[in-house]
Amino acid sequence: MEKPQNGLKDGHVSELYEMTATELAEILRTKKASSVQITESVLNRIDHVEGKVHAYVTLNPESALDMAREADRKIAAGDARPLTGIPIAVKDNMCVKGQRTTCGSKILANFLPPYDATVIRLLRDEGMVILGSANMDEFAMGSSTETSYWGPTHNPWNTDLIPGGSSGGSVAAVAAGEAIVALGSDTGGSIRLPACFCGVTGIKPTYGAVSRYGLVAYASSLDQIGPISRDVSDLALLLNLICGHDPSDSTSVPREYPDFTAFLTKPVGGMTLGLPKEFFSKLENPDVERVISEARKVFEGLEVKFVDLSLPHLDYGIAAYYIIAPCEASSNLARYDGVKYGHRAENFTGMIDMYCRTRAEGFGPEVKRRIMLGTYALSAGYYDAYYLKAAKIRTLITSDFKSAFEKCDAVFCPTAPSPAFKIGEKIDDPIQMYLTDVFTIPVNMAGLPGIAIPGGFSMGGLPIGLQLIAPHFEEARLVQLSAAFQKETDHHLKRPQL
Amino acid sequence: MKYEAVIGLEVHAQLLTDSKAFCSCTTRFGAEPNTNTCPICQGMPGVLPVLNRKALEFTVRMALACNCKINEFSRFARKNYYYPDLPKNYQISQYELPVAEHGWAEIDAGEGPRRIGITRIHMEEDAGKLIHDDKKPLSYVDLNRTGIPLIEIVSEPEIRTPEEASAYLRVLHSILVYLKICDGNMEEGSFRCDANVSIRHKGETRLGVKTELKNMNSFRNVQRGLHYEIERQTALLESGDRVLQETRLFDPSEGTTASMRSKEQAHDYRYFPDPDLLPLRVGPELVEKIRKELPELPMEKKERFIRDLGIPPYDAGVLTASRDMAEYFEKTVGLFQNPKSVSNWIMTELMRELKGDETGITNCPVSPHQLADLLKLVDNGTVSGKIAKTVFEQMYATGSNPIDIINEKGLLQVSDSEELAAIIGKVLDDNPGEVEKCLSGKTKLIGFFVGQVMKATRGKANPAVVNQILSDKLAKRSKM
Repeated sequence: MEKPQNGLKDGHVSELYEMTATELAEILRTKKASSVQITESVLNRIDHVEGKVHAYVTLNPESALDMAREADRKIAAGDARPLTGIPIAVKDNMCVKGQRTTCGSKILANFLPPYDATVIRLLRDEGMVILGSANMDEFAMGSSTETSYWGPTHNPWNTDLIPGGSSGGSVAAVAAGEAIVALGSDTGGSIRLPACFCGVTGIKPTYGAVSRYGLVAYASSLDQIGPISRDVSDLALLLNLICGHDPSDSTSVPREYPDFTAFLTKPVGGMTLGLPKEFFSKLENPDVERVISEARKVFEGLEVKFVDLSLPHLDYGIAAYYIIAPCEASSNLARYDGVKYGHRAENFTGMIDMYCRTRAEGFGPEVKRRIMLGTYALSAGYYDAYYLKAAKIRTLITSDFKSAFEKCDAVFCPTAPSPAFKIGEKIDDPIQMYLTDVFTIPVNMAGLPGIAIPGGFSMGGLPIGLQLIAPHFEEARLVQLSAAFQKETDHHLKRPQL
Repeated sequence: MKYEAVIGLEVHAQLLTDSKAFCSCTTRFGAEPNTNTCPICQGMPGVLPVLNRKALEFTVRMALACNCKINEFSRFARKNYYYPDLPKNYQISQYELPVAEHGWAEIDAGEGPRRIGITRIHMEEDAGKLIHDDKKPLSYVDLNRTGIPLIEIVSEPEIRTPEEASAYLRVLHSILVYLKICDGNMEEGSFRCDANVSIRHKGETRLGVKTELKNMNSFRNVQRGLHYEIERQTALLESGDRVLQETRLFDPSEGTTASMRSKEQAHDYRYFPDPDLLPLRVGPELVEKIRKELPELPMEKKERFIRDLGIPPYDAGVLTASRDMAEYFEKTVGLFQNPKSVSNWIMTELMRELKGDETGITNCPVSPHQLADLLKLVDNGTVSGKIAKTVFEQMYATGSNPIDIINEKGLLQVSDSEELAAIIGKVLDDNPGEVEKCLSGKTKLIGFFVGQVMKATRGKANPAVVNQILSDKLAKRSKM
């Protein structure tokens, strides 16, 4: 049975899988449905559409139903927490004890983590229902989810298109009703870009706000876990759950976080949004330009002011990112050598040959490209020219944002230069692929929080996202602005037809 | 001599923390392979390191004891290389900003005190161990040691002889043990040393081509390895050859070195700051706190022994070479307030026994209390000094108290004048010829009479009393 595109607006009674976590929490609280029923609804939806979307690498329906039953017991006992019983997809790079975690790679194709990532522990403690591991670009290296060893994920709005990456599986699952909410990770835009391409809401929190313990590292100084949902209310609930200090992660910042749901209803009148000219001079796509200017009108209607500003070092963002991230990756991925776990080549002569064959067989082309880039850039004699220079640019970008935030409360810009593109369109042109992240990468470089929210649609009916960027640890401000925007608009309520 | 050697040492010391450097696994030695491990030290995907603060404190302790400047900010860096005993295929170490720099240690290799500069002291994690199957082409890896905290102490290339190298190592070793931050066990590898050595013409200021020596697991082997290497390099230069920059392995059974890898095969470690660990801050408050808690160091102790206790410099050096020996000495002095006498006993009798047993002071069967008791018995005349040496041997062999041994073996000193007078009278009566010669001026014969008395009393006669009675009796006989 196909659902109308705009299910909630024409009197149609929604299926459980179509609802938000906030709505489902109320349904659970009032005992109108059980977590098992919700989970079954989602699993049923997965049965119907997963063949077209391919959002998951590993589905664990049985353990999901076990968790749902446990959640129902908690609810019956009055021990429910805000997200108890809500089904969630997690990106395939977060370690779930005893459940296959592959990072989208052949080299970890059969890896069963002996421990839970901190975020997974938080989900379990909350009583959430973990559905399985969502597809991703191999080791989160990509902007399209095409580099996954398990094959690409398809954009639920048009299955010929990429969903964006690298958290394409997590995002597509939420967009397609194959999960209520999801966790992704964002190193250069990997949550925000697919959220933009698939018409959902996603946030990359401040670096240090969410524990990275158990997140399989790509680029440690840039990686950050964040939530993906259909609207900002759900996002606030998930931020409440996952933001917090973790002594197991030395880069996790010890501080108190506000109740993010308290910012869902705060007025935004009088706030100022900054428009960086370096971003807007890059806009070539008329759909994106139109969506941005319509969104600006919405904010202006809410008495939000706009100010032009400059982030002069933004242009170097991509270049510096493609030094720093590969350098860290070349070291982070050195442990996949066939000695301890994961793939090991069957035939080899001696130790070095085992390393070489294992890694040649286990890694895909994009991962190899970045390992080689990083190894080269860190080599004796090149370090100063590449890594050190990139680190300096990073400092400059951070201070650019710092000055910008003296003039505005948040920076406003597109999430991506265009709507989603075709599967296969850019996979053989790494530079074009890398440029997809031009608006998102600087946010990681500066360690700032950035949110992507649905801003409208292209003439062809594809979602187009907005991006808001706030000072460090001002996620609440992003929630506040996005909630105000979503109250005025219905882009986030539209669902793809599958 | 035409050439001089230039030697720099890199010392690795395992820190005596309860848990590993970046995870909470125990550091206990000798467990079943791979039992003292967790996802973090196994290098599982997604794990993160968290610094053991105790390891940092220990490092600062050593740095202060070596007169280093503590860097307020230091950084961990990744040293990247592939080896199966290194699960992450990088070692967390320090590179550009170590914990401490610019220190020195004072050594004396027999030519007077000299300072050897210490370039830097940094923290890092140990690797695991490979165990090779002796039949099949198979290797096993044991990760119990992986992640145990190490400090690396790098000297300036200011050491000139193998003897100085050995003296420098002994100084570092004794400081580490004094600070109770390393057990100093060279055989188990908790104190290891690599040496960089080159030679040059005397008077030359530029450095020659160096080789790096590995696998010298005792003070003696460091000396042997360096001697061999200096001779080898000298022979090369004298025959018109060149020294190749390479890493060489010392073979303790042959006393030689052999090439392990050349400069071309050397690793490019691709150091970069570890993004998983924040810059490390060691503020002045922490430095002062640790400085206040430092124990008296070997050099300070030695000076105090010389100055306050009147111990000769050489003896003071021996007594302070290990913290345990110094503690033994000071405990004994606390119970018997004659430091010189205690020192003499330790330096001669005690050391002889320990050396014979090839053991250290910690295994000494005679407690400071027992030694002090024995010295008191000598002091109050209960036993003679000579007999006391026999008693000490018995104490060392059995662990018994001195007074029990003296009673049991009937070794009490005879100081009773009447008893001795009778024995002396008999000795003089038995040797009329010697008495006559003695009285006519051959006074050396007094020693002969004393010897006879000692023989008769089996050494138990109090020599002072014997001398007194003997001279009285001889005086009487001369008047007859």
